[in-house]
Amino acid sequence: MAECHPVGFQWVMEAKNRGAKIIHVDPRFTRTSALAHEHVGLRAGSDIAFLGGLINYVLSNGKEFRDYVVAYTNAGAILREDFADTEDLDGLFSGFNPETGEYDVESWAYEGGSDETLEHPRCVFQVLKRHYARYTPEVVADICGVSPEQFLDVAEAITANSGRRRTTAWVYSVGWTHHTVGVQYIRAASILQLLLGNIGRPGGGILALRGHASIQGSTDIPTLFNILPGYIPMPHAHQHLDLDMFVGLDAGKTGFWGNMRSYVVSLLKAWWGEHATAENDFRFDHLPRLTGDHGTYQTVYNQLSGKCKGYFLAGENPAVGSANGKLQRLGMANLDWLVVRDMQLIESATFWQDGPEIATGELASEEIGTEVFFLPAASHVEKDGSFTNTQRLLQWHHKAVEPPGDARSELWFYYHLGRLIRDKLRDSTDPRDVPLRELTWSYPTHGPTDEPDAESVLAEINGSGPDGPLATFTALADDGSTSCGCWIYCGVYADGHNHAADRVPGAKQDWVASRWAWAWPSNRRILYNRASADPDGNPWSERKRYVWWDAEKGTWISPDVPDFEATKPPDYTPPAGARAQDALSGSDPFIMQADGKAWLFAPAGLTDGPLPTHYEPHESPVDNPLYTQQANPARQTFGGEHNRYNPVANEIYPYVFTTYRLTEHHTAGGMSRGLPYLSELQPEFFCEVSPQLAEETGLEHGGWATIISARTAIEARVLVTERIKPLRVRGRTIHQVGLPYHWGSNGLSTGDSANDLLSVVLDPNVHIQEAKAATCDIRPGRRPRGAALPELVREYQRRAGVEGSEA
Amino acid sequence: MSESGYADAQPRMGFFTDTSVCIGCKACEVACKEWNAVPAPDDPSGMDLLGLSYDNTGDLGANNWRHVAFIEQQVPASRVNKSDVDNLGMPTIGAPEQEDDTGVRWLMSSDVCKHCTHAACLDVCPTGALFRTEFDTVVVQPDICNGCGYCVPACPYGVIEKREDDGRAFKCTLCYDRIGDGLEPACAKACPTDSIQYGEVSELRQRAVERKQALHADGVTEARLYGDDPDDGVGGTGAFFLLLDEPEVYGLPPDPVVTTRDLPAMWRRAGAAALGVAAAVVASFAGARR
Repeated sequence: MAECHPVGFQWVMEAKNRGAKIIHVDPRFTRTSALAHEHVGLRAGSDIAFLGGLINYVLSNGKEFRDYVVAYTNAGAILREDFADTEDLDGLFSGFNPETGEYDVESWAYEGGSDETLEHPRCVFQVLKRHYARYTPEVVADICGVSPEQFLDVAEAITANSGRRRTTAWVYSVGWTHHTVGVQYIRAASILQLLLGNIGRPGGGILALRGHASIQGSTDIPTLFNILPGYIPMPHAHQHLDLDMFVGLDAGKTGFWGNMRSYVVSLLKAWWGEHATAENDFRFDHLPRLTGDHGTYQTVYNQLSGKCKGYFLAGENPAVGSANGKLQRLGMANLDWLVVRDMQLIESATFWQDGPEIATGELASEEIGTEVFFLPAASHVEKDGSFTNTQRLLQWHHKAVEPPGDARSELWFYYHLGRLIRDKLRDSTDPRDVPLRELTWSYPTHGPTDEPDAESVLAEINGSGPDGPLATFTALADDGSTSCGCWIYCGVYADGHNHAADRVPGAKQDWVASRWAWAWPSNRRILYNRASADPDGNPWSERKRYVWWDAEKGTWISPDVPDFEATKPPDYTPPAGARAQDALSGSDPFIMQADGKAWLFAPAGLTDGPLPTHYEPHESPVDNPLYTQQANPARQTFGGEHNRYNPVANEIYPYVFTTYRLTEHHTAGGMSRGLPYLSELQPEFFCEVSPQLAEETGLEHGGWATIISARTAIEARVLVTERIKPLRVRGRTIHQVGLPYHWGSNGLSTGDSANDLLSVVLDPNVHIQEAKAATCDIRPGRRPRGAALPELVREYQRRAGVEGSEA
Repeated sequence: MSESGYADAQPRMGFFTDTSVCIGCKACEVACKEWNAVPAPDDPSGMDLLGLSYDNTGDLGANNWRHVAFIEQQVPASRVNKSDVDNLGMPTIGAPEQEDDTGVRWLMSSDVCKHCTHAACLDVCPTGALFRTEFDTVVVQPDICNGCGYCVPACPYGVIEKREDDGRAFKCTLCYDRIGDGLEPACAKACPTDSIQYGEVSELRQRAVERKQALHADGVTEARLYGDDPDDGVGGTGAFFLLLDEPEVYGLPPDPVVTTRDLPAMWRRAGAAALGVAAAVVASFAGARR
C-alpha cells in the first residue's frame, strides 16, 4: 500500500500512531513492510492456504463472533444432500463436468431451512469447518513457506482484535486478484471477516485498493463488457429477449435487487429519453447483447484470428501492461485500425515500428496493415470530472490548466465522435443505426474547443424525475417517469448541486465527514452498516457504536447514513407475499442479498466453487499437497504458438516470479516514463533476487540477468537484496524473482517488459489474468538479440517438452 | 536580537524530518524539483541505476535538494517480529524449518540542507550571495553567486554543490519564496505521512522530543534525534531529524563541526604572529637607529 498508494498510506501511519498493529502479508518485502509491525513473506500464489489457515484457526478455537455469525450470515443454512465438497472429491466440488471444464452449480443451492445452533451436519457452518480442517499451521507452512510461529502470531493478533469491542480491516490490491483463483482469494477474506464480525462496522471491512485513480468508477460505470452501470448485468442475446425476461429473475427476488426493473428502465430512459416508452419495452432492444466471453484476452485471440478488426485504447498500454505482451502486439498488428488515446506515444502506438517483434524479425513494419491513429489526451488536471476511489467516494476535480496543443479530454473525444457519427447517420434508414440515432446526446459545450460540460453528464448519471434531480435511488420508478444513468450514483447531484465537489474539511465536521465529497449509495460511508448494531438494534459495544435503533423516535440513528430503511424496526417480520426489501426482516443487514445474509458459503454467483480452496497457480514449482486436483479446474486456458505454458514442477523453469509496481512509476509507464523527475528515480528495468539465488545462478548485483519463460526471454539489471528470502515449501527451497512491470522501449526510463513473460490463463469468474504467480528460469548476462532470442525461447520449450504443444 | 542578527526577528523556521514514518515515496524530491525548477535530465544518459537499494539519487547536490536514502539491514528475526506471543504451545512438528530466519529492516530517510545555526557556507561566502534570512534559514542568491565554490568544502554535511554546466552553487532554500507567503515548503507539503514537518524550530524540537519518547515507550529504543542540540558543533540545525540508527548509517556525520569554528582563533593567532613580526621589524629599525 505504501508502495502503490502512498497518499492513502498516511491513514495507516495515523492508525499505527494511534496503536493499530500493522501486519503486511506479501511475497515481497516492500516499503509497506518497512513500516509494518510485522512482514509475513509467503510464496506468491499461496494466499488461500494462508487465509484458509486463519479460518481454520478461528473455527477450531471457537474464536468466531458467534452472535454476529448466527444472526447475519448464512452459517445456519442447510445444504443439499447431493452437495459434495473438495474434501470428498479430492479437489472438486459436486457438479464438475470434465468435458467442458465447467461446473453445474445446482447442487450448491440451499436445501431450505436453517439451524441456529449451527450443529446440523449439513449446515454451512459445519461444512465450512470440515472444509478448512486440514488447513493447519503446519499445512500453511508447507504450502506458503510461513513458519507456524509467525502464522499463529498473525492468527492471534487478528482474533484478539476482533469481536464486539474491536474490529480488524483487511486491505488488498491486485496481488490478490491477479490469479486463476482471484475471486476466491477475496471470498476467503470475506469468510474470515464475517466469522470475526468485521463487516459493516467501523474499522472493519475488506478494502480493495484499485490500480488507478478511478478504477472503482470505471467498474461502477463500467468499461467491462459484461455489466451495465450500477452492476446491472449485460443482457444475453439468447436468454434475454425482452425486458421481462431480463429482469424476471431479479424482479422476483427479495432484497433491493428486487427493484431491478426500476434501475433498468431508468437507465434506458437516461440513454434513449423520449424514445423509450412502455410500449416499446423502453428500448430494451437497443442495448448491446452478450453472445459469450468478450473479455480483453478473448478479444486479443479474436484479433489474431481476424474476427476483431478495430480497437480503441484509451489510457491503456497493453503492449506493456497486459499479460503476454507479444500476444497483444501480434493481435494489434492484425487489425485494420487502432486508435490510441494517451498522453505519451506509448509502446501500443509504436509496436509496429520498434516493438520487440520487429527486432526479432517476427514482424516487419511494411507487412503490418494496421492503421494507427494516435490522439493526444488531456490529463486529469486539464479537465473537469470525478474520481471514484476505493471507499466509493466520488471526488470532483476542476480543470487547473488548459490541455496543451491538440490534447483533449476523453469526454470531448467521445462526445464529438458520437456527434459526428450521428450526423453521418441522420438520414440512415438502416434499423441497426436506430439506437445511435435515438440516443440522448446533447450536452452543453463551452470554450474554444467545444468541451462538453462534465457536470451535465454527472446530472444525467444522477437522474431526474418529474420534480427535477433525484435525491436517492429509492425514488426510481419502473414506469418511465424517472431517468438515471447509474442507480447507485443517484443522489450525487441531489437538489441540482454537485455533491462530489463538497469539500468541508474534516476538522469542521464530525468524524464520519459526510460533507467531504459523496459516497455511493446515498452518501453512505460504510456499507451494510446495520450490521454494526445487534439484531435488536443496539450497538455491539459502545466502542464500536455506529448505527442504532431509537425506539422512541422510531428510526435508525447514525453519524453516517444508515444502510437500511430508516424506519424499519429491528423486530420487523416480513408479511407473506412481501417483495424486494420488504421481504427482508428488521435484522437482515445485507440488503442487497436475496436472503439478507452475508454468505460464508456462496450457493450461487460463482463459476468455480462455493468455497475458496487452495489450488496451485497454473504455473507452479510444486504439487498441491491437499488434492490430486492441482489448479483451479474451471480456470480459462488458451492455446496457441505464442501462449505455451511452463509445466508444473519443471526443472527447466524452476523459479517463481511475481510482477508488481514501484512508487516511482505508474502502471505501464505512460504517465511516468516520459517525465524526467520520475524517470531518474527508477531509471531502468531491474529484477530483485535473494543473495542465495544470486549465488546459485551466478547473478551479480548491478549486472544483467536474462529471465526466461515459455513465452519469451527478457533482460533486467540485477538488484540482489536481503528483502527477498528463499522459502521452504513442500520440502524444497523455492526462490522467487521480483519483477516490476513498468517498462517498455519508449520514454526516458526504458527496459524490457516483465509482462511479456506471462501467459494468458484466467480466473473463470472475471477473466482476470494470473499475473502474480508464474515460473521462469533466470541466468546471468544479457538476452540474445535478433532471431537468436526466439531461438533461445524455443530451446527452453524443447527441453521442457512444450514446443509444439497447443495447450 | 537573534543570533541571525535580525532585530525583532521572526521565529526561526525549519524542518523536523521524522524518519520513523518515512515510506520512501520520494514525493519530497519531486515536489522540490517541480517548485524550484531544478534542471531535469533531458535524456537517459544522466540517469543511472545506482544499485543502492531503491535510491537512484545518490546524494544531495546542486540538482538534488532533497535526497531519500534507503538502507537495507539484516537484523535478527526476533528484532522484527515484535510479538507478544512467544509460545502458544502449538506443535511445530511436520512444519519445515525455514531457510533463513534473519529479518530485514529497511530504513528510509529524506535528507536536506541542515540550515545550521553556525553555517560555514555563509561564513566563507565572499560575495554575500549566501545570506541568513529573516526566518533564520540559509539561502544562496543565484544572481549574486559568482561561482567561487568556497562554500562547497566548507559545508560539514556535503550539501551545497556547484552546478556543473552553470558554475554557481545551489542548495535547499527552505522554499524561501513559499514560506514568506505563509506556505509550507514544497517537500513538506507533498509528504503524505508527515515525515517532513515544517514549522517553528522551537515547537518542532518539542514535538521531536515527544515523538522520541513515544517511540521509546513503544519499545523502539533506538530512536534518537539528530541536529536538535544547540550545543553541537554547528550550534544545532534548523532542519533536524529523528533517526532509527547511528547517523553514519544514513550517511550523516556523527559529530559535525562548523568548518569555520577555528577561524577566529586562527585569525587571532595569525594576528598575534603578525603583530610579533611587526614588533620585531619595528624593533630592528629602532635598533638600527641606535
